[in-house]
Amino acid sequence: MSDQHSDSPTCVGVPSGVPTTASEIARLVKFSEVSAVSVVDAYLRRIEAFESDVHAFNLVTAETARASAQRIDAEIAAGRNPGPLAGVPIALKDNLCTRAVATTCSSRILDGWEPPYDATVIERLRAAGAVFVGKTNLDEFAMGSSTENSAFGPTLNPHDLTRVSGGSSGGSAAAVAAGFATVSLGSDTGGSIRQPAALCGVVGVKPTYGTVSRYGLVAFASSLDQIGPFSTTVRDAAEVLQIISGHDERDSTSIPQGRLDLVSVLERGVEGLRIGRISDLPGGADPEIESRLEEAFDALRAAGATIVDVSLPSMTYALTAYYLIAPAEASSNLARYDGVRYGLRVDAADTNAMYAATREAGFGDEVKRRIMLGTYALSAGYYDAYYGKALKVRRLISDDFDRAYRSVDVIVTPTSPVVAFPVGSKVDDPLSMYLCDIYTIPTNLAGHPAMSVPFGTGEAGLPVGIQILAPTLGEQTMFRVGAELERRATERFPGGR
Amino acid sequence: MSPDAVRKVAKLARLDLSSQEVDTMTRQLAGMLDHFADIDSLDLAAVEPMTQPYPLVNVLRDDVVRPGLDRDEVLSQAPHAQDGRFQVPPIIGLDS
Repeated sequence: MSDQHSDSPTCVGVPSGVPTTASEIARLVKFSEVSAVSVVDAYLRRIEAFESDVHAFNLVTAETARASAQRIDAEIAAGRNPGPLAGVPIALKDNLCTRAVATTCSSRILDGWEPPYDATVIERLRAAGAVFVGKTNLDEFAMGSSTENSAFGPTLNPHDLTRVSGGSSGGSAAAVAAGFATVSLGSDTGGSIRQPAALCGVVGVKPTYGTVSRYGLVAFASSLDQIGPFSTTVRDAAEVLQIISGHDERDSTSIPQGRLDLVSVLERGVEGLRIGRISDLPGGADPEIESRLEEAFDALRAAGATIVDVSLPSMTYALTAYYLIAPAEASSNLARYDGVRYGLRVDAADTNAMYAATREAGFGDEVKRRIMLGTYALSAGYYDAYYGKALKVRRLISDDFDRAYRSVDVIVTPTSPVVAFPVGSKVDDPLSMYLCDIYTIPTNLAGHPAMSVPFGTGEAGLPVGIQILAPTLGEQTMFRVGAELERRATERFPGGR
Repeated sequence: MSPDAVRKVAKLARLDLSSQEVDTMTRQLAGMLDHFADIDSLDLAAVEPMTQPYPLVNVLRDDVVRPGLDRDEVLSQAPHAQDGRFQVPPIIGLDS
Protein backbone atom coordinates (compact mmCIF):
# COMPACT_ATOMS: atom_id res chain seq x y z
CA MET A 1 0.00 0.00 0.00
CA SER A 2 1.21 3.46 -0.87
CA ASP A 3 0.65 6.23 1.64
CA GLN A 4 2.15 9.13 -0.26
CA HIS A 5 -1.07 10.59 -1.63
CA SER A 6 -4.51 11.59 -0.50
CA ASP A 7 -7.07 9.39 1.18
CA SER A 8 -8.33 7.80 -2.05
CA PRO A 9 -8.38 4.00 -1.98
CA THR A 10 -5.35 2.24 -3.50
CA CYS A 11 -4.17 -1.30 -4.07
CA VAL A 12 -0.65 -0.98 -5.42
CA GLY A 13 1.63 -3.80 -4.33
CA VAL A 14 3.25 -7.14 -4.96
CA PRO A 15 2.53 -10.63 -3.62
CA SER A 16 4.30 -11.47 -0.37
CA GLY A 17 6.54 -14.45 0.29
CA VAL A 18 7.62 -15.00 -3.32
CA PRO A 19 10.03 -13.26 -5.70
CA THR A 20 8.31 -10.53 -7.76
CA THR A 21 10.53 -9.80 -10.74
CA ALA A 22 10.72 -12.03 -13.82
CA SER A 23 14.47 -12.51 -13.59
CA GLU A 24 14.32 -13.56 -9.90
CA ILE A 25 11.33 -15.85 -10.39
CA ALA A 26 12.88 -17.62 -13.37
CA ARG A 27 16.21 -18.12 -11.55
CA LEU A 28 14.70 -19.38 -8.28
CA VAL A 29 12.17 -21.63 -10.04
CA LYS A 30 14.88 -23.10 -12.25
CA PHE A 31 16.96 -24.08 -9.23
CA SER A 32 13.88 -25.36 -7.35
CA GLU A 33 14.34 -22.76 -4.59
CA VAL A 34 10.73 -21.79 -5.09
CA SER A 35 8.06 -23.69 -7.00
CA ALA A 36 6.24 -22.23 -9.98
CA VAL A 37 3.00 -23.27 -8.30
CA SER A 38 3.73 -21.25 -5.15
CA VAL A 39 4.54 -18.19 -7.26
CA VAL A 40 1.37 -18.33 -9.33
CA ASP A 41 -0.72 -19.05 -6.25
CA ALA A 42 0.65 -15.92 -4.56
CA TYR A 43 -0.34 -13.82 -7.58
CA LEU A 44 -3.76 -15.49 -7.82
CA ARG A 45 -4.36 -14.65 -4.16
CA ARG A 46 -3.79 -10.96 -4.90
CA ILE A 47 -6.15 -11.20 -7.85
CA GLU A 48 -8.76 -12.75 -5.60
CA ALA A 49 -8.31 -10.03 -2.99
CA PHE A 50 -8.23 -6.92 -5.21
CA GLU A 51 -9.45 -7.66 -8.74
CA SER A 52 -13.02 -6.68 -7.88
CA ASP A 53 -11.69 -3.19 -6.97
CA VAL A 54 -9.51 -2.74 -10.07
CA HIS A 55 -11.20 -4.71 -12.86
CA ALA A 56 -7.93 -5.34 -14.71
CA PHE A 57 -9.15 -8.58 -16.30
CA ASN A 58 -11.83 -9.71 -18.70
CA LEU A 59 -10.93 -13.30 -17.81
CA VAL A 60 -8.75 -14.84 -15.09
CA THR A 61 -7.45 -18.27 -16.14
CA ALA A 62 -6.59 -19.54 -12.66
CA GLU A 63 -6.98 -23.25 -13.37
CA THR A 64 -4.89 -23.35 -16.54
CA ALA A 65 -2.31 -21.11 -14.84
CA ARG A 66 -1.94 -23.62 -11.97
CA ALA A 67 -1.76 -26.49 -14.46
CA SER A 68 1.02 -24.73 -16.42
CA ALA A 69 2.92 -24.06 -13.22
CA GLN A 70 2.62 -27.71 -12.19
CA ARG A 71 3.92 -28.77 -15.60
CA ILE A 72 6.93 -26.47 -15.22
CA ASP A 73 7.70 -27.81 -11.74
CA ALA A 74 7.44 -31.36 -13.14
CA GLU A 75 9.83 -30.55 -15.99
CA ILE A 76 12.36 -29.16 -13.53
CA ALA A 77 11.99 -32.25 -11.34
CA ALA A 78 12.69 -34.33 -14.47
CA GLY A 79 15.87 -32.37 -15.10
CA ARG A 80 14.73 -30.47 -18.17
CA ASN A 81 15.42 -26.77 -18.86
CA PRO A 82 12.20 -24.89 -18.05
CA GLY A 83 13.07 -21.78 -20.15
CA PRO A 84 14.17 -18.23 -19.40
CA LEU A 85 10.75 -17.14 -18.06
CA ALA A 86 10.08 -20.30 -16.03
CA GLY A 87 7.09 -19.77 -13.77
CA VAL A 88 6.71 -16.05 -14.51
CA PRO A 89 3.03 -15.01 -14.24
CA ILE A 90 2.06 -13.00 -17.32
CA ALA A 91 -1.19 -11.20 -18.18
CA LEU A 92 -2.22 -10.73 -21.81
CA LYS A 93 -4.14 -7.87 -23.36
CA ASP A 94 -7.44 -9.27 -24.56
CA ASN A 95 -6.75 -8.40 -28.20
CA LEU A 96 -4.08 -11.13 -28.39
CA CYS A 97 -5.45 -14.37 -29.81
CA THR A 98 -5.28 -17.32 -27.41
CA ARG A 99 -6.38 -20.67 -28.81
CA ALA A 100 -9.65 -21.92 -27.31
CA VAL A 101 -9.58 -19.11 -24.72
CA ALA A 102 -12.10 -16.28 -25.18
CA THR A 103 -10.64 -13.20 -26.87
CA THR A 104 -13.02 -10.25 -26.78
CA CYS A 105 -11.13 -7.02 -27.56
CA SER A 106 -13.56 -5.73 -24.88
CA SER A 107 -16.23 -5.67 -27.59
CA ARG A 108 -19.70 -7.22 -27.74
CA ILE A 109 -19.10 -8.01 -31.39
CA LEU A 110 -16.67 -10.83 -30.51
CA ASP A 111 -19.13 -12.29 -28.02
CA GLY A 112 -18.29 -15.94 -27.38
CA TRP A 113 -15.33 -16.12 -29.77
CA GLU A 114 -12.52 -18.56 -28.98
CA PRO A 115 -9.69 -18.15 -31.52
CA PRO A 116 -8.57 -21.24 -33.45
CA TYR A 117 -4.90 -20.26 -33.07
CA ASP A 118 -2.36 -18.60 -30.74
CA ALA A 119 -0.59 -15.32 -31.48
CA THR A 120 3.15 -15.72 -32.14
CA VAL A 121 3.98 -13.86 -28.90
CA ILE A 122 1.89 -16.37 -26.94
CA GLU A 123 3.79 -19.31 -28.50
CA ARG A 124 7.13 -17.70 -27.71
CA LEU A 125 6.26 -16.87 -24.11
CA ARG A 126 4.82 -20.34 -23.50
CA ALA A 127 7.97 -21.95 -24.92
CA ALA A 128 9.98 -19.77 -22.51
CA GLY A 129 8.07 -21.18 -19.52
CA ALA A 130 5.64 -18.30 -18.85
CA VAL A 131 2.41 -18.88 -16.94
CA PHE A 132 -0.63 -16.99 -18.31
CA VAL A 133 -2.92 -15.68 -15.57
CA GLY A 134 -5.58 -14.01 -17.71
CA LYS A 135 -6.78 -11.67 -20.42
CA THR A 136 -6.76 -7.97 -19.56
CA ASN A 137 -9.32 -5.25 -20.19
CA LEU A 138 -8.82 -2.59 -22.86
CA ASP A 139 -10.64 0.18 -24.64
CA GLU A 140 -12.78 -1.59 -27.24
CA PHE A 141 -10.48 -2.68 -30.10
CA ALA A 142 -7.70 -0.63 -28.40
CA MET A 143 -9.41 2.65 -29.27
CA GLY A 144 -9.09 5.00 -26.33
CA SER A 145 -6.84 6.46 -23.66
CA SER A 146 -8.62 5.50 -20.45
CA THR A 147 -10.04 1.95 -20.80
CA GLU A 148 -13.46 3.55 -20.28
CA ASN A 149 -14.48 2.46 -23.80
CA SER A 150 -14.55 -1.20 -22.75
CA ALA A 151 -17.90 -2.94 -23.23
CA PHE A 152 -17.25 -4.50 -19.81
CA GLY A 153 -16.62 -1.32 -17.79
CA PRO A 154 -13.45 0.64 -16.98
CA THR A 155 -10.23 -0.57 -15.37
CA LEU A 156 -9.40 1.62 -12.36
CA ASN A 157 -5.98 2.93 -11.39
CA PRO A 158 -4.38 0.92 -8.55
CA HIS A 159 -2.80 4.17 -7.26
CA ASP A 160 -6.24 5.79 -6.88
CA LEU A 161 -9.35 3.75 -7.57
CA THR A 162 -11.36 6.87 -8.46
CA ARG A 163 -9.13 7.51 -11.47
CA VAL A 164 -8.56 5.89 -14.85
CA SER A 165 -5.77 3.44 -15.59
CA GLY A 166 -5.05 5.05 -18.95
CA GLY A 167 -5.49 3.21 -22.18
CA SER A 168 -5.96 1.45 -24.28
CA SER A 169 -3.91 -1.25 -22.46
CA GLY A 170 -5.21 -0.08 -19.07
CA GLY A 171 -5.88 -3.61 -17.81
CA SER A 172 -2.32 -4.75 -18.58
CA ALA A 173 -0.81 -1.69 -16.85
CA ALA A 174 -3.08 -2.00 -13.80
CA ALA A 175 -2.46 -5.76 -13.53
CA VAL A 176 1.28 -5.13 -13.08
CA ALA A 177 0.81 -2.13 -10.75
CA ALA A 178 -1.59 -4.13 -8.54
CA GLY A 179 0.66 -7.19 -8.38
CA PHE A 180 -1.71 -9.44 -10.34
CA ALA A 181 1.07 -10.40 -12.78
CA THR A 182 4.84 -9.92 -12.89
CA VAL A 183 4.72 -8.66 -16.45
CA SER A 184 2.03 -8.20 -19.06
CA LEU A 185 1.72 -7.61 -22.77
CA GLY A 186 -0.10 -4.73 -24.40
CA SER A 187 -0.35 -3.22 -27.85
CA ASP A 188 0.56 0.35 -28.79
CA THR A 189 -0.93 2.12 -31.82
CA GLY A 190 -0.66 5.74 -30.61
CA GLY A 191 0.56 5.36 -27.02
CA SER A 192 -1.59 2.50 -25.72
CA ILE A 193 1.31 0.90 -23.83
CA ARG A 194 3.29 3.98 -22.75
CA GLN A 195 0.42 6.19 -21.55
CA PRO A 196 -1.21 3.62 -19.21
CA ALA A 197 2.28 2.62 -18.02
CA ALA A 198 2.90 6.27 -17.06
CA LEU A 199 -0.48 6.65 -15.35
CA CYS A 200 -0.09 3.38 -13.41
CA GLY A 201 3.56 3.92 -12.43
CA VAL A 202 5.08 0.98 -14.32
CA VAL A 203 7.53 0.48 -17.20
CA GLY A 204 6.02 0.17 -20.70
CA VAL A 205 7.79 -0.37 -24.03
CA LYS A 206 6.69 0.04 -27.64
CA PRO A 207 9.43 -1.50 -29.79
CA THR A 208 10.38 -0.57 -33.36
CA TYR A 209 7.59 -1.37 -35.83
CA GLY A 210 8.32 -4.84 -37.21
CA THR A 211 10.38 -6.03 -34.22
CA VAL A 212 7.61 -8.11 -32.60
CA SER A 213 5.30 -10.23 -34.76
CA ARG A 214 1.76 -8.95 -35.05
CA TYR A 215 0.47 -12.42 -36.02
CA GLY A 216 -2.52 -13.02 -33.76
CA LEU A 217 -2.80 -9.42 -32.59
CA VAL A 218 -6.30 -8.27 -33.56
CA ALA A 219 -5.62 -5.46 -36.03
CA PHE A 220 -6.54 -1.85 -35.26
CA ALA A 221 -4.25 0.26 -37.50
CA SER A 222 -1.84 -2.10 -39.21
CA SER A 223 0.88 0.43 -40.09
CA LEU A 224 1.07 1.61 -36.46
CA ASP A 225 0.25 -1.37 -34.17
CA GLN A 226 3.05 -3.00 -32.20
CA ILE A 227 3.07 -5.38 -29.22
CA GLY A 228 5.23 -4.67 -26.16
CA PRO A 229 5.70 -5.43 -22.44
CA PHE A 230 4.73 -3.83 -19.10
CA SER A 231 6.78 -4.56 -15.99
CA THR A 232 7.86 -3.11 -12.67
CA THR A 233 11.54 -3.00 -13.69
CA VAL A 234 13.38 -2.01 -16.87
CA ARG A 235 15.25 -5.31 -16.73
CA ASP A 236 12.06 -7.36 -16.83
CA ALA A 237 10.84 -5.39 -19.85
CA ALA A 238 14.18 -6.12 -21.54
CA GLU A 239 13.97 -9.85 -20.73
CA VAL A 240 10.45 -10.21 -22.09
CA LEU A 241 11.04 -8.08 -25.18
CA GLN A 242 14.09 -10.16 -26.05
CA ILE A 243 11.97 -13.29 -26.00
CA ILE A 244 9.03 -11.99 -28.05
CA SER A 245 11.16 -10.13 -30.64
CA GLY A 246 12.68 -11.57 -33.81
CA HIS A 247 11.48 -12.43 -37.28
CA ASP A 248 8.20 -14.29 -37.89
CA GLU A 249 7.31 -15.34 -41.42
CA ARG A 250 3.61 -15.17 -40.53
CA ASP A 251 3.80 -11.34 -40.29
CA SER A 252 4.79 -9.81 -43.63
CA THR A 253 5.91 -6.58 -41.88
CA SER A 254 8.25 -8.47 -39.55
CA ILE A 255 11.86 -7.25 -39.86
CA PRO A 256 14.07 -10.15 -41.00
CA GLN A 257 16.48 -10.18 -38.07
CA GLY A 258 17.10 -12.12 -34.87
CA ARG A 259 16.07 -11.28 -31.34
CA LEU A 260 16.95 -7.97 -29.72
CA ASP A 261 19.88 -8.08 -27.28
CA LEU A 262 18.93 -5.78 -24.41
CA VAL A 263 19.72 -7.20 -20.96
CA SER A 264 23.45 -7.07 -21.68
CA VAL A 265 23.44 -3.25 -22.08
CA LEU A 266 21.47 -2.27 -18.98
CA GLU A 267 24.51 -1.53 -16.79
CA ARG A 268 26.36 0.50 -19.39
CA GLY A 269 25.11 3.90 -18.18
CA VAL A 270 24.68 6.99 -20.34
CA GLU A 271 28.18 8.50 -20.27
CA GLY A 272 28.76 10.31 -23.56
CA LEU A 273 25.21 9.88 -24.89
CA ARG A 274 23.52 12.87 -26.48
CA ILE A 275 19.99 13.29 -25.13
CA GLY A 276 17.56 15.42 -27.13
CA ARG A 277 15.24 17.95 -25.50
CA ILE A 278 12.48 19.10 -27.87
CA SER A 279 12.66 22.91 -27.89
CA ASP A 280 9.27 23.27 -29.60
CA LEU A 281 7.47 20.53 -27.64
CA PRO A 282 3.71 21.15 -27.91
CA GLY A 283 2.63 22.69 -24.61
CA GLY A 284 -0.08 21.70 -22.23
CA ALA A 285 1.77 19.42 -19.81
CA ASP A 286 0.94 19.92 -16.14
CA PRO A 287 3.59 22.04 -14.34
CA GLU A 288 4.53 19.13 -12.06
CA ILE A 289 5.13 16.91 -15.08
CA GLU A 290 7.35 19.59 -16.60
CA SER A 291 9.29 19.72 -13.29
CA ARG A 292 9.83 15.94 -13.37
CA LEU A 293 11.03 16.25 -16.97
CA GLU A 294 13.61 18.87 -15.97
CA GLU A 295 14.73 16.65 -13.10
CA ALA A 296 15.12 13.77 -15.55
CA PHE A 297 17.40 15.93 -17.72
CA ASP A 298 19.38 16.92 -14.58
CA ALA A 299 19.72 13.27 -13.61
CA LEU A 300 20.94 12.23 -17.06
CA ARG A 301 23.38 15.16 -17.14
CA ALA A 302 24.70 14.11 -13.73
CA ALA A 303 25.18 10.60 -15.15
CA GLY A 304 27.44 11.91 -17.90
CA ALA A 305 25.05 12.54 -20.79
CA THR A 306 24.85 15.78 -22.78
CA ILE A 307 21.47 17.46 -23.23
CA VAL A 308 21.02 18.89 -26.73
CA ASP A 309 18.06 20.98 -27.96
CA VAL A 310 16.35 19.61 -31.07
CA SER A 311 13.45 20.99 -33.08
CA LEU A 312 10.51 18.92 -34.35
CA PRO A 313 8.36 21.58 -36.02
CA SER A 314 5.86 19.09 -37.49
CA MET A 315 5.16 17.33 -34.18
CA THR A 316 2.27 19.68 -33.52
CA TYR A 317 0.46 18.21 -36.56
CA ALA A 318 0.93 14.59 -35.43
CA LEU A 319 -2.44 14.42 -33.67
CA THR A 320 -4.29 15.34 -36.87
CA ALA A 321 -2.28 12.94 -39.02
CA TYR A 322 -2.82 10.13 -36.51
CA TYR A 323 -6.54 10.67 -36.04
CA LEU A 324 -7.03 10.50 -39.80
CA ILE A 325 -4.65 7.60 -40.56
CA ALA A 326 -5.53 5.31 -37.63
CA PRO A 327 -9.33 5.54 -38.13
CA ALA A 328 -8.88 5.09 -41.90
CA GLU A 329 -6.95 1.86 -41.36
CA ALA A 330 -9.38 0.81 -38.61
CA SER A 331 -12.42 1.33 -40.83
CA SER A 332 -10.87 -1.14 -43.25
CA ASN A 333 -9.62 -3.64 -40.63
CA LEU A 334 -12.94 -3.69 -38.76
CA ALA A 335 -14.90 -4.45 -41.94
CA ARG A 336 -14.29 -8.12 -41.09
CA TYR A 337 -16.78 -7.98 -38.18
CA ASP A 338 -19.79 -8.76 -40.31
CA GLY A 339 -21.59 -11.48 -38.37
CA VAL A 340 -20.44 -14.22 -40.78
CA ARG A 341 -17.36 -15.95 -39.39
CA TYR A 342 -17.18 -15.25 -35.67
CA GLY A 343 -18.83 -13.52 -32.75
CA LEU A 344 -22.15 -11.73 -32.76
CA ARG A 345 -24.80 -11.95 -35.48
CA VAL A 346 -28.06 -10.01 -35.48
CA ASP A 347 -30.31 -11.76 -37.99
CA ALA A 348 -32.04 -9.80 -40.76
CA ALA A 349 -33.79 -10.50 -44.06
CA ASP A 350 -30.74 -10.10 -46.28
CA THR A 351 -26.98 -10.03 -45.89
CA ASN A 352 -26.52 -6.26 -46.11
CA ALA A 353 -29.16 -5.66 -43.45
CA MET A 354 -27.55 -8.39 -41.30
CA TYR A 355 -24.14 -6.69 -41.58
CA ALA A 356 -25.51 -3.28 -40.56
CA ALA A 357 -27.67 -4.62 -37.73
CA THR A 358 -24.82 -6.75 -36.34
CA ARG A 359 -22.29 -3.91 -36.46
CA GLU A 360 -24.73 -1.41 -34.97
CA ALA A 361 -25.44 -3.73 -32.02
CA GLY A 362 -21.89 -5.03 -31.59
CA PHE A 363 -19.71 -1.90 -31.67
CA GLY A 364 -19.56 0.76 -28.96
CA ASP A 365 -19.66 4.53 -29.46
CA GLU A 366 -15.92 5.20 -29.84
CA VAL A 367 -15.43 2.38 -32.33
CA LYS A 368 -18.36 3.63 -34.40
CA ARG A 369 -16.95 7.17 -34.23
CA ARG A 370 -13.58 6.01 -35.57
CA ILE A 371 -15.11 3.80 -38.27
CA MET A 372 -17.20 6.79 -39.39
CA LEU A 373 -14.24 9.18 -39.33
CA GLY A 374 -12.05 6.72 -41.22
CA THR A 375 -14.70 5.87 -43.79
CA TYR A 376 -15.26 9.58 -44.38
CA ALA A 377 -11.52 10.31 -44.71
CA LEU A 378 -11.23 7.53 -47.32
CA SER A 379 -14.43 8.29 -49.24
CA ALA A 380 -14.54 9.59 -52.80
CA GLY A 381 -14.09 13.35 -52.88
CA TYR A 382 -12.45 13.55 -49.43
CA TYR A 383 -9.54 11.10 -49.79
CA ASP A 384 -7.03 13.72 -50.99
CA ALA A 385 -8.20 16.38 -48.55
CA TYR A 386 -7.92 14.15 -45.49
CA TYR A 387 -6.22 10.74 -45.78
CA GLY A 388 -3.85 11.76 -48.59
CA LYS A 389 -2.78 14.89 -46.71
CA ALA A 390 -2.33 12.97 -43.47
CA LEU A 391 0.09 10.57 -45.19
CA LYS A 392 2.20 13.55 -46.29
CA VAL A 393 2.20 15.01 -42.78
CA ARG A 394 3.35 11.58 -41.57
CA ARG A 395 6.36 11.94 -43.87
CA LEU A 396 7.14 15.43 -42.49
CA ILE A 397 7.11 14.08 -38.94
CA SER A 398 9.34 11.16 -39.87
CA ASP A 399 11.75 13.55 -41.65
CA ASP A 400 11.84 15.79 -38.55
CA PHE A 401 12.91 12.82 -36.44
CA ASP A 402 15.57 11.80 -38.99
CA ARG A 403 17.06 15.32 -38.83
CA ALA A 404 16.96 15.35 -35.02
CA TYR A 405 18.69 11.96 -34.75
CA ARG A 406 21.67 13.32 -36.66
CA SER A 407 22.56 15.32 -33.54
CA VAL A 408 21.18 13.17 -30.71
CA ASP A 409 21.03 9.47 -29.74
CA VAL A 410 17.63 9.57 -28.02
CA ILE A 411 14.95 12.16 -27.24
CA VAL A 412 13.33 12.53 -23.81
CA THR A 413 9.81 13.92 -23.24
CA PRO A 414 6.95 13.47 -20.79
CA THR A 415 4.88 10.37 -21.64
CA SER A 416 1.54 12.00 -20.88
CA PRO A 417 0.66 15.69 -20.43
CA VAL A 418 -1.41 14.77 -17.34
CA VAL A 419 -1.41 12.28 -14.47
CA ALA A 420 -4.29 9.78 -14.13
CA PHE A 421 -7.55 11.72 -14.41
CA PRO A 422 -10.87 11.04 -12.64
CA VAL A 423 -13.14 8.41 -14.18
CA GLY A 424 -15.75 10.06 -16.40
CA SER A 425 -13.98 13.42 -16.72
CA LYS A 426 -13.19 13.17 -20.44
CA VAL A 427 -15.65 10.63 -21.84
CA ASP A 428 -18.00 13.20 -23.35
CA ASP A 429 -15.27 15.12 -25.15
CA PRO A 430 -13.43 12.88 -27.62
CA LEU A 431 -10.92 15.59 -28.60
CA SER A 432 -9.76 16.19 -25.02
CA MET A 433 -9.26 12.43 -24.70
CA TYR A 434 -7.26 12.36 -27.96
CA LEU A 435 -4.96 15.10 -26.62
CA CYS A 436 -3.72 12.63 -23.96
CA ASP A 437 -1.67 11.02 -26.73
CA ILE A 438 0.08 14.14 -27.98
CA TYR A 439 3.56 13.03 -26.87
CA THR A 440 3.21 9.35 -27.76
CA ILE A 441 1.64 9.48 -31.24
CA PRO A 442 4.61 10.85 -33.26
CA THR A 443 6.66 7.71 -32.50
CA ASN A 444 4.05 5.39 -33.99
CA LEU A 445 3.81 7.49 -37.15
CA ALA A 446 7.58 7.20 -37.59
CA GLY A 447 7.67 3.49 -36.60
CA HIS A 448 10.32 4.16 -33.94
CA PRO A 449 10.76 2.55 -30.51
CA ALA A 450 9.81 4.37 -27.30
CA MET A 451 9.43 3.51 -23.63
CA SER A 452 7.93 5.05 -20.51
CA VAL A 453 9.76 4.80 -17.18
CA PRO A 454 8.23 5.91 -13.84
CA PHE A 455 9.92 9.05 -12.52
CA GLY A 456 8.44 10.48 -9.34
CA THR A 457 4.96 11.81 -8.84
CA GLY A 458 2.83 14.80 -9.80
CA GLU A 459 -0.56 16.13 -8.77
CA ALA A 460 -2.11 14.26 -5.82
CA GLY A 461 0.99 12.07 -5.54
CA LEU A 462 0.12 10.20 -8.74
CA PRO A 463 2.81 8.59 -10.93
CA VAL A 464 4.61 10.50 -13.68
CA GLY A 465 6.22 8.71 -16.62
CA ILE A 466 9.20 9.94 -18.60
CA GLN A 467 9.31 8.86 -22.24
CA ILE A 468 12.48 7.91 -24.11
CA LEU A 469 12.32 7.98 -27.92
CA ALA A 470 14.94 6.40 -30.16
CA PRO A 471 15.43 5.94 -33.91
CA THR A 472 14.57 2.71 -35.75
CA LEU A 473 16.12 -0.30 -33.93
CA GLY A 474 17.64 2.04 -31.34
CA GLU A 475 16.34 -0.17 -28.50
CA GLN A 476 19.76 -0.76 -26.93
CA THR A 477 20.46 2.93 -26.41
CA MET A 478 16.86 3.50 -25.32
CA PHE A 479 17.14 0.78 -22.66
CA ARG A 480 20.46 2.17 -21.40
CA VAL A 481 18.74 5.52 -20.80
CA GLY A 482 15.68 3.77 -19.31
CA ALA A 483 17.83 1.81 -16.89
CA GLU A 484 19.72 4.97 -15.86
CA LEU A 485 16.49 6.89 -15.24
CA GLU A 486 15.22 3.98 -13.16
CA ARG A 487 18.41 4.02 -11.02
CA ARG A 488 18.20 7.82 -10.59
CA ALA A 489 14.47 7.66 -9.77
CA THR A 490 15.19 5.19 -6.99
CA GLU A 491 17.73 7.65 -5.51
CA ARG A 492 15.62 10.77 -5.97
CA PHE A 493 12.23 9.46 -4.94
CA PRO A 494 12.91 6.94 -2.17
CA GLY A 495 9.84 5.07 -1.03
CA GLY A 496 8.06 5.44 -4.34
CA ARG A 497 9.05 5.74 -7.95
CA MET B 1 -20.64 17.84 -41.94
CA SER B 2 -24.42 17.41 -42.26
CA PRO B 3 -26.75 14.69 -40.96
CA ASP B 4 -27.23 13.56 -44.57
CA ALA B 5 -23.48 13.18 -45.05
CA VAL B 6 -23.29 11.18 -41.81
CA ARG B 7 -26.08 8.89 -42.98
CA LYS B 8 -24.31 8.35 -46.30
CA VAL B 9 -21.01 7.47 -44.58
CA ALA B 10 -22.86 5.17 -42.14
CA LYS B 11 -24.30 3.28 -45.11
CA LEU B 12 -20.82 2.88 -46.61
CA ALA B 13 -19.56 1.64 -43.23
CA ARG B 14 -22.49 -0.78 -42.80
CA LEU B 15 -23.62 0.85 -39.56
CA ASP B 16 -27.35 1.11 -38.88
CA LEU B 17 -27.05 4.31 -36.77
CA SER B 18 -30.05 5.53 -34.78
CA SER B 19 -31.28 9.08 -35.43
CA GLN B 20 -29.84 10.15 -32.06
CA GLU B 21 -26.47 8.68 -33.05
CA VAL B 22 -26.62 10.55 -36.36
CA ASP B 23 -27.10 13.84 -34.47
CA THR B 24 -24.28 13.18 -32.00
CA MET B 25 -21.96 11.94 -34.73
CA THR B 26 -22.68 15.01 -36.91
CA ARG B 27 -21.67 17.33 -34.06
CA GLN B 28 -18.61 15.31 -32.97
CA LEU B 29 -17.23 14.69 -36.45
CA ALA B 30 -17.65 18.38 -37.33
CA GLY B 31 -15.67 19.32 -34.20
CA MET B 32 -12.87 16.91 -35.10
CA LEU B 33 -12.66 18.03 -38.72
CA ASP B 34 -12.41 21.66 -37.49
CA HIS B 35 -9.44 20.66 -35.35
CA PHE B 36 -7.89 18.69 -38.21
CA ALA B 37 -7.94 21.81 -40.41
CA ASP B 38 -4.61 22.73 -38.77
CA ILE B 39 -2.77 20.86 -41.55
CA ASP B 40 -4.45 22.94 -44.27
CA SER B 41 -1.83 25.66 -43.83
CA LEU B 42 1.04 23.28 -44.71
CA ASP B 43 2.56 23.29 -48.18
CA LEU B 44 2.54 19.57 -48.99
CA ALA B 45 2.83 19.72 -52.77
CA ALA B 46 6.35 18.28 -52.89
CA VAL B 47 5.97 15.81 -50.01
CA GLU B 48 5.90 12.09 -50.74
CA PRO B 49 3.09 10.28 -48.83
CA MET B 50 4.24 7.78 -46.18
CA THR B 51 1.97 4.76 -45.94
CA GLN B 52 4.05 2.69 -43.53
CA PRO B 53 7.35 2.88 -41.64
CA TYR B 54 9.33 0.73 -44.08
CA PRO B 55 9.62 0.64 -47.87
CA LEU B 56 6.96 -1.76 -49.06
CA VAL B 57 8.20 -4.99 -50.56
CA ASN B 58 6.34 -8.13 -51.46
CA VAL B 59 7.05 -10.88 -48.97
CA LEU B 60 6.60 -14.35 -50.43
CA ARG B 61 6.97 -17.70 -48.74
CA ASP B 62 8.11 -20.88 -50.44
CA ASP B 63 5.30 -22.42 -52.46
CA VAL B 64 4.92 -25.61 -50.46
CA VAL B 65 1.75 -27.24 -49.14
CA ARG B 66 1.28 -26.88 -45.40
CA PRO B 67 -1.70 -27.39 -43.10
CA GLY B 68 -4.05 -24.45 -42.52
CA LEU B 69 -6.42 -23.90 -39.63
CA ASP B 70 -8.67 -26.83 -38.74
CA ARG B 71 -11.95 -26.37 -40.63
CA ASP B 72 -14.20 -27.76 -37.93
CA GLU B 73 -12.51 -25.66 -35.26
CA VAL B 74 -12.96 -22.51 -37.36
CA LEU B 75 -16.59 -23.27 -38.24
CA SER B 76 -17.40 -24.04 -34.61
CA GLN B 77 -16.93 -20.30 -33.99
CA ALA B 78 -19.33 -19.14 -36.73
CA PRO B 79 -22.78 -17.81 -35.75
CA HIS B 80 -24.27 -20.13 -38.39
CA ALA B 81 -22.57 -22.93 -40.34
CA GLN B 82 -23.98 -25.63 -42.59
CA ASP B 83 -22.42 -28.46 -44.61
CA GLY B 84 -18.87 -27.35 -43.79
CA ARG B 85 -19.52 -23.75 -44.85
CA PHE B 86 -20.45 -20.37 -43.33
CA GLN B 87 -24.17 -19.74 -43.70
CA VAL B 88 -25.50 -16.23 -44.48
CA PRO B 89 -28.91 -14.74 -45.33
CA PRO B 90 -29.87 -14.30 -49.03
CA ILE B 91 -27.44 -12.16 -51.05
CA ILE B 92 -28.90 -12.10 -54.58
CA GLY B 93 -32.40 -11.33 -55.79
CA LEU B 94 -32.73 -8.30 -53.52
CA ASP B 95 -32.48 -4.67 -54.55
CA SER B 96 -30.77 -3.16 -51.50
